[in-house]
Amino acid sequence: MKQNHYNLLKRFLQGSKALFLLSMTASGISALCDMISPQIVRVALDQALGGADASGLPVWVRNLALQFGGFDALGEKIWLFAMAIVLVALLKAAAQYIFRVANTAASERMVKTVRDSLFAHIVRLPFAWHMKHKTGDMIQRCTSDLETLKNFISEQMTGILRILILLGFSIGFMFSMNTRLAMIALTPVPIIIAYSLYFHRKISEAFLNCDENEGVLSTMAQENLAGVRVVRAFGRERSERDRFEAQNEYYTGLWMKLAKPLAAFWSTGDILSGTQILLTVCFGAVFCIRGEMTAGEYIAFLSYCALMIWPVRMLGRMISEMSKAGVSIDRIAYIMDAEEETDSGAHLTPELNGDIEFRDVSFSYESGQELLQNLSFTIRGGSTLGILGGTGSGKSTLVLLLSKFYTLSPDSGSIRIGGIDLTDIDTAWLRKNMSVVLQEPFLFSRSIRDNIAITSDDAEDEQIRTAARIAALEETVDAFPKGFDTFVGERGVTLSGGQKQRTAIARALIRNTPILVFDDSLSAVDTETDARIRAALRERFRNATVVLVSHRITSLKNADQILVLDSGRVAELGTHEELCKAGGLYQRICEIQEEAV
Amino acid sequence: MRKTRFFGIPLLLPYLKRYRSEIVGMILFSAFGSVIDIAVPLFQRYALNRFVTQNDLGTMPAFIAIYFTAIVIAAGFNYVSCIWGMKVEVGMDRDLRNAAFSHLQTLSFSYFNQNSVGYIHSRVMSDTSRIGALVSWTLLDSVWQFGYIVGAVVVMFVMNARLALVVTSVLPIVVLLYALFEKKLVSVNREIREQNARITGDFNEGIMGARTIKSLVLEEKLSAGFAWETETMRRKSIAGARLRGMFAVTMSFASSLALALVLWKGGLIAKEQIGTFSMFMSYAQGLMEPIRWVVDAISDLITARVNIERLMKLMNTQSDVTDSAAVTERYGDCFEPRRQNWESIHGDIVFEDVSFRYPDGEENVLEHFNLDVPFGTNLAIVGETGAGKSTLANLICRFYEPTSGRLLIDGRDARERSQNWLRSSIACVLQTPHLFSGSIRENLLYGNEEATEEEIREALEMVSATELIRRLPQGLETDVGEGGDLLSTGEKQLISFARAILAKPRILILDEATASVDTVTEKKIQSAMERMIQGRTSIVIAHRLSTVRDADMILVVQDGKIVEQGKHDALMAKRGMYYRLYTRQYEDEATTAALR
Repeated sequence: MKQNHYNLLKRFLQGSKALFLLSMTASGISALCDMISPQIVRVALDQALGGADASGLPVWVRNLALQFGGFDALGEKIWLFAMAIVLVALLKAAAQYIFRVANTAASERMVKTVRDSLFAHIVRLPFAWHMKHKTGDMIQRCTSDLETLKNFISEQMTGILRILILLGFSIGFMFSMNTRLAMIALTPVPIIIAYSLYFHRKISEAFLNCDENEGVLSTMAQENLAGVRVVRAFGRERSERDRFEAQNEYYTGLWMKLAKPLAAFWSTGDILSGTQILLTVCFGAVFCIRGEMTAGEYIAFLSYCALMIWPVRMLGRMISEMSKAGVSIDRIAYIMDAEEETDSGAHLTPELNGDIEFRDVSFSYESGQELLQNLSFTIRGGSTLGILGGTGSGKSTLVLLLSKFYTLSPDSGSIRIGGIDLTDIDTAWLRKNMSVVLQEPFLFSRSIRDNIAITSDDAEDEQIRTAARIAALEETVDAFPKGFDTFVGERGVTLSGGQKQRTAIARALIRNTPILVFDDSLSAVDTETDARIRAALRERFRNATVVLVSHRITSLKNADQILVLDSGRVAELGTHEELCKAGGLYQRICEIQEEAV
Repeated sequence: MRKTRFFGIPLLLPYLKRYRSEIVGMILFSAFGSVIDIAVPLFQRYALNRFVTQNDLGTMPAFIAIYFTAIVIAAGFNYVSCIWGMKVEVGMDRDLRNAAFSHLQTLSFSYFNQNSVGYIHSRVMSDTSRIGALVSWTLLDSVWQFGYIVGAVVVMFVMNARLALVVTSVLPIVVLLYALFEKKLVSVNREIREQNARITGDFNEGIMGARTIKSLVLEEKLSAGFAWETETMRRKSIAGARLRGMFAVTMSFASSLALALVLWKGGLIAKEQIGTFSMFMSYAQGLMEPIRWVVDAISDLITARVNIERLMKLMNTQSDVTDSAAVTERYGDCFEPRRQNWESIHGDIVFEDVSFRYPDGEENVLEHFNLDVPFGTNLAIVGETGAGKSTLANLICRFYEPTSGRLLIDGRDARERSQNWLRSSIACVLQTPHLFSGSIRENLLYGNEEATEEEIREALEMVSATELIRRLPQGLETDVGEGGDLLSTGEKQLISFARAILAKPRILILDEATASVDTVTEKKIQSAMERMIQGRTSIVIAHRLSTVRDADMILVVQDGKIVEQGKHDALMAKRGMYYRLYTRQYEDEATTAALR
């Protein structure tokens, strides 16, 4: 774990440290309670019932006994000792309860902090970062790696701490009763811990191998299910089954190979802890006979041994599993360390209804050919610019630049709105005043209503309907059994490409922004609906500056200006009428499409 | 599904049979192990009564010898039962996974359409391992613990019935508590799981929808909404912890209560028989841990019931498309095909009065449909996205069966012969090509394992993929990655074409790709298709003009139904749906071509 990851962990633990402290204290108290009961029994047996010398006991215990008339009198009232045990048990129960709840509260608080910071961070990461990373891997980091981290904090750390406290107390009590027997009884403990640690270190590679092969098997099943059509079509059921069974057999064999070492580990552990008790039983008996120890102390020793067995045996495994957490923290930190989208300009928030001006704009991604080359043109405020261009002509890049998903380097031209450089306009302000509708829009898994009104919680039903009407969506949605409450996505209706596009258009329209960008966003809508939507738009959004990317001449021809992009350059610029006579690409496509109709 | 008894365990019996001896052995040895563990307090009793009270160390060497032997024997028992437990666990895992996987190979498409890949995948991988652990370790532990409880109670009653009664009086309280908590725990756990799934879904959305979230400036809003979900998760988890905490605490309190009772009622015994007293103390404390284990085992059983039921539901799902017993008798099933009885196929297809509705559909998409597709016909199916163009292909492949009417292959009802017989002569190329991880060669041989080197070369040549293979560092042995993802879409398409050719189909079903590929690949794909459909019956779900125009017959599909049918010229003259589709397609293709 690197130093900055340690700081990250500290940040994640903010707000839950006090709870963790409480849970650990409670855990310590409950361990102490476990240790006290044998002492009560011991005093009851030795001093109250056995009449043994009480001078070795702490002063407060003797004073307490005097309160009840001395140890001899207590011998007749043994129920008082039983009450004491019940009292300690109650205290322990309370401590245990507090430990569990506080521990969960603390770890859940931490998990919430991590989740919230991850989510807030991820949505603020730059667009370029998202393009570079795979969704599945990111999800993995946000879910299973976080789970590992949580287990580390809430189970392994507290578990190890609890065991150490338990060990500390029993060692203390044992030594206070009889040093020699304590040393004998505790000898096997370091051996058991070391042995278990050694074993788990050694076996972890084999476990890893098992995990990897389970992964292979799992992928095989995944591929078979995803490719079920191919399997059936080629009649490959049998070979699929054979392949799966072979891998399954191999994987099973790996585990079977582990059976013997695992069983040997457990039974050796049994022998070691059995020997520990045997040693205590025999030496304790000898010490009792020699009068070095009382029967009560002897029994207390046996109780401590019994209490120690399991925690001690668990310790090795817990320590060896801790290394997993380091990897997970690194993987989470990888996301958290990524730089969020920056906005370094003057944060101006001007009206954005002015001219949009591209001046000598050139752009290329980190290491690639130039996608835009010396692009210059102006869109008058309130006018419509149509853009026609093929794949790779740079039209999508143009849209990305306009919404500041990428920034221009200082020497490669500038984009201005109303005379103000884009870098000086506050990014959030810019995006709030510009609606971009993509060819393949992303809808949220909510109702259609919530999707349309996602940017305006207080939108009235009428506003939603109006937006849907302009986007030619109202009738379609009303035909659904649940209307605007129809759920989009996994749990609900699968919308067609055109329906999705129209929903996205409605979502954009309800924002009422001075700039509207349609990036080929009517491609899946038929020509008539396309025309209807555009007519409604013209009527309702007369003052908006519109950028319309399309392949359809019918969509483009009413634009105030049409820009034909070719390999990142302005090939043609003019009105429909002008370009139709220009003898260029536009005219050719115009002729093709007119001929077709 | 009806409510299952005994946590669904009886459903597993057929799978458990194979491990009968291991399970019995595991249980027996585990029981022996617990007997020795019960003896530990007895040894201590002896040591106290004999050595300490009577001051007699004479038997000490024998005591050590016997005690140590007992420890070693117990360890030996544990060793053996541990190995058997492992055998049962991984064996059951393997068997159930195999069974589920094999069964899935026989299920029809309606099952796969109704259940997501993720859902089915967890049945095969997670449910099986839950069940494996249940019938081995949970069973082993509960036998051991239960044996310990019974043994300890018996020993206590033998030693001192009155005191034993006092100690065991705590047990019913514990059992009662369990009954009280169990139901609540299960429902709380379910709520927590569901909330967890919601959070994962939100993460998914936050990552996949990043661009949209930024464009709409929703970062704050969605983060706030997400924080609300995580808050709910936190509150639910804590509520769960409270419940579990109460449960655990009462259990351990019961254990201390038993100890207190021993001291109270048994304190006087200690004067004469300190050993017996100590023994009771050990049992009183030692009893509660096994009870907790048994309770845990029962709650494991309860949660695992869901796993068992879900897995068994999968195993009991019957395919919609099945071969009759007589057909299977003659032609074999999908695992043991009897190829020697298979007639060769010519490739004539006839739809005879076919009506069809999808199992989850509300209306018939085919109504008394008749169509004659003699061998060698090139049939094109056109229509808008989502109009239901693949229905006919699904019927021809027998992925679905007609609701009424017949599908005739070479003049005989398709149901008279096995699905595999039919599919061995059909090749399907899907719109989104799916390859399997492994080498290109393995993928090519998918449809025909016996294909020779020469045939592979010819097939690659035919689909213009020779160049592609030559460019790859390891040629045919290049690994394509999971789902073929190391190749580009266009490359995957070409490989899947070659795969289809190698299967030497008499009937070819081709779903043209609409995905954008580069110009060169696009041209290759197009010319490969034109060559592929020669000399066989072909059904092409067409998106390209050339494919449609040259087809022998064209079906136009709208809203799942066939609205027009005929040859290109006749359909154009009608100026109907086909005319509209065609002109739009023409416009699109020409525009795209001009823009390049």
